[in-house]
Amino acid sequence: MTNPSEEKPTDAELARQEPLDVEVTVKGHKRIERNVTLLAVLTFIAVAIGGIVEIAPLFWIDNTIEEVDGMRPYTPLEQAGRDIYVREGCYTCHSQMVRPFRDEVERYGHYSLAAESMYDHPFQWGSKRTGPDLARVGGRYSDEWHVQHLKDPRSVVPESIMPSYAFLAETKLDLPNPSARLTALRAVGVPYTDRDVTRAGEDLRAQANPNRDAEDLADRYPKAQIRDFDGDPSRLTEMDALVAYLQMLGTLIDFQDAAALEELATETGR
Amino acid sequence: METVVARAGLWYALILLAVIAAANAQDLAFTVHMWIVAAAAAVCLFIAVSKPDYGAIARGILRTPEDPSRYDDDPIRWGVLATSFWGLVGLLVGVIIALQLVFPALNLEPWFNFGRMRPLHTSAVIFAFGGNALIATSFYVVQRTCRARLAFPRLARFVFWGYQLFIVLAATGYLLGSTQSREYAEPEWHVDLWLTIVWVAYGAVFIGTILKRNEPHIYVANWFYLAFIITIAMLHIVNNLAVPVSLVGSQSYSLFAGVQDALTQWWYGHNAVGFFLTAGFLAMMYYFVPKQAERPVYSYRLSIIHFWSLIFLYIWAGPHHLHYTALPDWAQTLGMVFSVLLWMPSWGGMINGLMTLNGAWDKIRTDPIIRMMVIALAFYGMATFEGPLLSIRAVNSLSHYTDWTIGHVHAGALGWNGMITFAAIYYLVPRLWKRERLYSLRWVNWHFWLATAGIVFYAASMWVAGIMQGLMWREYGADGYLVYSFAETVVALRPLYLMRAFGGLLYLAGAILMAVNIQRTIAGRLRDEKPMSDAAYDSAADRPIVAEPAE
Repeated sequence: MTNPSEEKPTDAELARQEPLDVEVTVKGHKRIERNVTLLAVLTFIAVAIGGIVEIAPLFWIDNTIEEVDGMRPYTPLEQAGRDIYVREGCYTCHSQMVRPFRDEVERYGHYSLAAESMYDHPFQWGSKRTGPDLARVGGRYSDEWHVQHLKDPRSVVPESIMPSYAFLAETKLDLPNPSARLTALRAVGVPYTDRDVTRAGEDLRAQANPNRDAEDLADRYPKAQIRDFDGDPSRLTEMDALVAYLQMLGTLIDFQDAAALEELATETGR
Repeated sequence: METVVARAGLWYALILLAVIAAANAQDLAFTVHMWIVAAAAAVCLFIAVSKPDYGAIARGILRTPEDPSRYDDDPIRWGVLATSFWGLVGLLVGVIIALQLVFPALNLEPWFNFGRMRPLHTSAVIFAFGGNALIATSFYVVQRTCRARLAFPRLARFVFWGYQLFIVLAATGYLLGSTQSREYAEPEWHVDLWLTIVWVAYGAVFIGTILKRNEPHIYVANWFYLAFIITIAMLHIVNNLAVPVSLVGSQSYSLFAGVQDALTQWWYGHNAVGFFLTAGFLAMMYYFVPKQAERPVYSYRLSIIHFWSLIFLYIWAGPHHLHYTALPDWAQTLGMVFSVLLWMPSWGGMINGLMTLNGAWDKIRTDPIIRMMVIALAFYGMATFEGPLLSIRAVNSLSHYTDWTIGHVHAGALGWNGMITFAAIYYLVPRLWKRERLYSLRWVNWHFWLATAGIVFYAASMWVAGIMQGLMWREYGADGYLVYSFAETVVALRPLYLMRAFGGLLYLAGAILMAVNIQRTIAGRLRDEKPMSDAAYDSAADRPIVAEPAE
């Protein structure tokens, strides 16, 4: 810009400071600058395109989610544990997404598939690993280890900087209406059956109490782990729910199964 | 009289409704939220019935006469105070959670554990500090550049108080365990609905003011504010689509699942950065930098090109948060390409801001407010160079999940958003409270150096922490086994986390200095100090055009 004069610009001058020599190039744009409706509509069009092109196809391109055997909706107890996982903000430090790198696969297990989070409302992939990935933590440690670790993390991992969650063991799992959660999840697309919904309260108690009959639960939720999780069979606590959730993470798909591996190998176009 | 009765009845009904909802609530967070709503309605009821002129009382305290030939600045004054208050809260919580990562004993379960405090920090800084700054400055700028008073003055006051209620509900919700776990969109469905109402009102006031403008031309700052308001509305509504479990409980489930949910969230998450923290703050830059520098914006053509390319490209960049995840490759690639492209329009904004100082570079030496603006633009340039770099998949494979990302975000948040907001506050306070100058410009200088040193400590420690952790995770020994366990990487980060907390503490100290400085400025005190130059201000010219009756 050539030597700006000594006088100071007023607000009004700032608002119409375009130099005369660019008049021709901005003729079209000037119309936009003088019409707030036009400006707003064009802005909305400009910001809407990216999302439409990137997100919308994920709902109808078939190979976005692999077809694999073993995925099922969460049991009421696992889902309750998942809700606690969300409530406590575990995702702020733990991811649930193993990337396809040698070191991650060796450290955490087979890389994560889109199918594995198909019933996750909301997803818990995370964005930061202050602690390790939990996508396949299920079955890696005993229930006792998890309970002790959640109560006092440094008693089992001295280097840990995780907060303690001892209160979970003291807090009764208090769901005002267990069926309501499954109804809401069914409304967003999780394929719970009518029986799953009506028996949600019974399923919740049966999974963590070895004295109850859980055969029906086991039929409807394959691979459901049925036992007392928190070391106190007399009470159903939030600790039961959270440990039940942690113990099932990444256990539904059998990656040792040769057929499953072959099917994955033929996945293309992703 | 009838209107008083009707209004009182309305508030009374709202109190009743909130109390009934609280009594039937399914969880603690919802109960507390309904009591907060009832308390807010009770305050409104008291005001409606007793009808004292609170406006006059406020003007008495703030010492500003109501005059139709002046701009409507009350909500802006409140907004400036709210910005500095929430800024202190957000930074303090940031320092606390930084220390929690060094000294885990600072976690006080269940309410003050890291997992609940972290969203409190991010929301307090982004939405309470940044949001109040954006609303206040947009109301200031749109009046001045349109030479018109705010449209719908009552609605503007509703926007301010409604937004504060949103902040209180969100903050208390996190501590009580009410969260959607969507980063930067954690508030549950009922709080989201409330924010939607407030946001529509905000858009109405802003666009209404532009519609009644006395200038033919809409100034460039207003394009950015407008894009920010429209896009945040779109992102907020789509990303928060959810089905509540009960109408009297805070729990809800996201409408989308897994991979679609992840991309929707990061489409939102990245554009909360793109439109809340970039477009909105660029709008601030486009007004306050030329005013403080007393120079017109460098290039009009550049502002057109970079406005349209910035808003078009930003929206595509979300997938770079999901590199190497189960998101399809084509979407990751699109996200990466557009993120790299985004470098150019971002630097367009930086260049337009910096080059506005052409012919006035000496002000960096003499004017600490200009110095803050320049460092803000410099950090904006650095962060928007680092962003495209981190979005390249090969780089991301190392940096993702590590503290490098945290360092990158804070270079932008502390350096760009924080500094440009502080500069705008320093510009606004003497003008809004009709003071000759700030209490102390030299304190502004101190604030500048404390904040800059704080950012250097922060960014440097997080770069080292992130790259080190990323390399340790993938380190193989000669025997072909992984060298480090996860716990060993946690130990290695400890000194760096401590250094980061120290940087945050310096930054917080600067913000405290600012709070004292503006408090004393408002009180009308002047520090006896050697003067540093400041921009001239003519209060007689700072008014809208009002039609004058023919003689």
